[in-house]
Amino acid sequence: MRAGSLRLYAAVAAGGFRRYATYRAATAAGVFTNTVFGLILVYTYLALWDEKPHLGGYDQAQAVTYVWLGQALYSTLAIQGGGAEKELMGRIRTGEIAIDLYRPADLQLWWLASDLGRAVFQMLGRGVVPFVFGALFFPMALPNDVTTWVAFVVAVLLGMVVSFGIRHLAALSMFWLMDDRGVSQTLMVTGIFCSGMTLPLNAFPGAFGDIVRVLPWAAQIQMPADVLMGEAAPLGAYAFQAAWAVALLAAGRLVQSVATRRVVVQGG
Amino acid sequence: MGERSRLAEGLRIYRLIAGMWIRSLLTYRTSFVLTAFGNLLVTGLDFVAILLMFAQVDELGGWTLPEVAFLYGLAATAFGVADLVLGSMDVLGARIRDGSFDILLVRPGPVLAQVAADHFALRRLGRIIQGVLVLGWGLLTVDVDWSVPKALLLPVTLISGAAIFSALFVAGAAFQFVAQDAAEAQNAFTYGGNTLLQFPPTVFGRDLVRGATFVLPLAFVNWLPASYVLDRPLPLGLPDQVAFAPPLVSVACCAAAGLAWRAGLRSYRSTGS
Repeated sequence: MRAGSLRLYAAVAAGGFRRYATYRAATAAGVFTNTVFGLILVYTYLALWDEKPHLGGYDQAQAVTYVWLGQALYSTLAIQGGGAEKELMGRIRTGEIAIDLYRPADLQLWWLASDLGRAVFQMLGRGVVPFVFGALFFPMALPNDVTTWVAFVVAVLLGMVVSFGIRHLAALSMFWLMDDRGVSQTLMVTGIFCSGMTLPLNAFPGAFGDIVRVLPWAAQIQMPADVLMGEAAPLGAYAFQAAWAVALLAAGRLVQSVATRRVVVQGG
Repeated sequence: MGERSRLAEGLRIYRLIAGMWIRSLLTYRTSFVLTAFGNLLVTGLDFVAILLMFAQVDELGGWTLPEVAFLYGLAATAFGVADLVLGSMDVLGARIRDGSFDILLVRPGPVLAQVAADHFALRRLGRIIQGVLVLGWGLLTVDVDWSVPKALLLPVTLISGAAIFSALFVAGAAFQFVAQDAAEAQNAFTYGGNTLLQFPPTVFGRDLVRGATFVLPLAFVNWLPASYVLDRPLPLGLPDQVAFAPPLVSVACCAAAGLAWRAGLRSYRSTGS
């Protein structure tokens, strides 16, 4: 990639960041909501781990850490949708996507950059406070060395790309479906459940657990959490995340090229 | 106009607008069936999560699965009714921001009824159906020493619970007059409250239970009456009679929410754009 186009996508990402940073009241409301949900979940997990210690290989402190990490990454990774894909869906539905196709920029990279900008803001603006709140009031299993924290941040960044890959594919289905409600709902269900928002994936029983742990959603919360708590080797986690990121982005690229070649853009 | 005829007028307007949304929705029947079914699945997932938890343990906070299902069913059904009737009110903030709220003010009809019926989503029936299914299953499997007061308490609890959640939705809407972008904050109380009530009160810290009883009286939706029905001690050592308080509490909540709504509406200033 040339330096010029790199600057372009950096500018798009910065735009995504600034756009979400504008709505301070919304951010504060989100922080509050995530904190309340974290509080509720933390008590249910404590009860569960009290009944069955070492469920999924976590001790209580790790289960608590998982809860607050999930709340911190909830909007960062747009677990229930609502990131750049929401806007892309709207643009496909209204036909405004035609303008995007004229732009001298790669469509997929454009939206990826915009979504990464959003994700970084959500992590700093919405994620940090609930996490710190959790760390202050509940015993957590946090590493003391900087290397693990750095490894964790890399895992989160890869998680962002996987998250975009899933939602981008969903958004492209608009070219054929036109109505986003069903797809958005599916995104929400799979996102919340398969990412392990309700229960850590390693606590899922039997074969069901084996399946959810290899799906792309496992790259979102489970992997960064396991890297942070030393339950997974960073390189193995990265390989899993990167493989899904590449597969999803390649699939997105393929679907996008089919869509833009064969589908007639909505007029009106 | 007297209070009584205002209420009747509000209900009439609500019926008209909701009817319009239903008609427009039923133009796309397949989409409706799919989204209603999807809604049932989405809301059912948090019960699946509870089932997954009980696949690993026999009790949670000392409560068995049928007992938790009973709790869950009561909360989910009550919340489902409130969500169907008033769940679209979170678009109010967007309406205030883009100025389209002014249109509602000049229409002949109570504003609350108009806002409540705006974007009426029949697909939310899915949540009620799911709640009723779990409640039914819970009732069939739970071990209850039934008596007349207990049997009477059930429907009363459901209606009161729906009223308490409705009051929360209205209060949340009133809050949006003050902080339009902060619409999400009310989710902490509505959806968060629903999640909280799906688990036994013994799971949570004493202060959280206190808050959910005396500050935001969510406990009256199911914790208190369900504890009575299941012959368990009421949370916080409250006397058994308190289990019959939900109707009173729900009336008080609705009155408070009504006042908040009026105050919010009076403070409204148009964006002028």
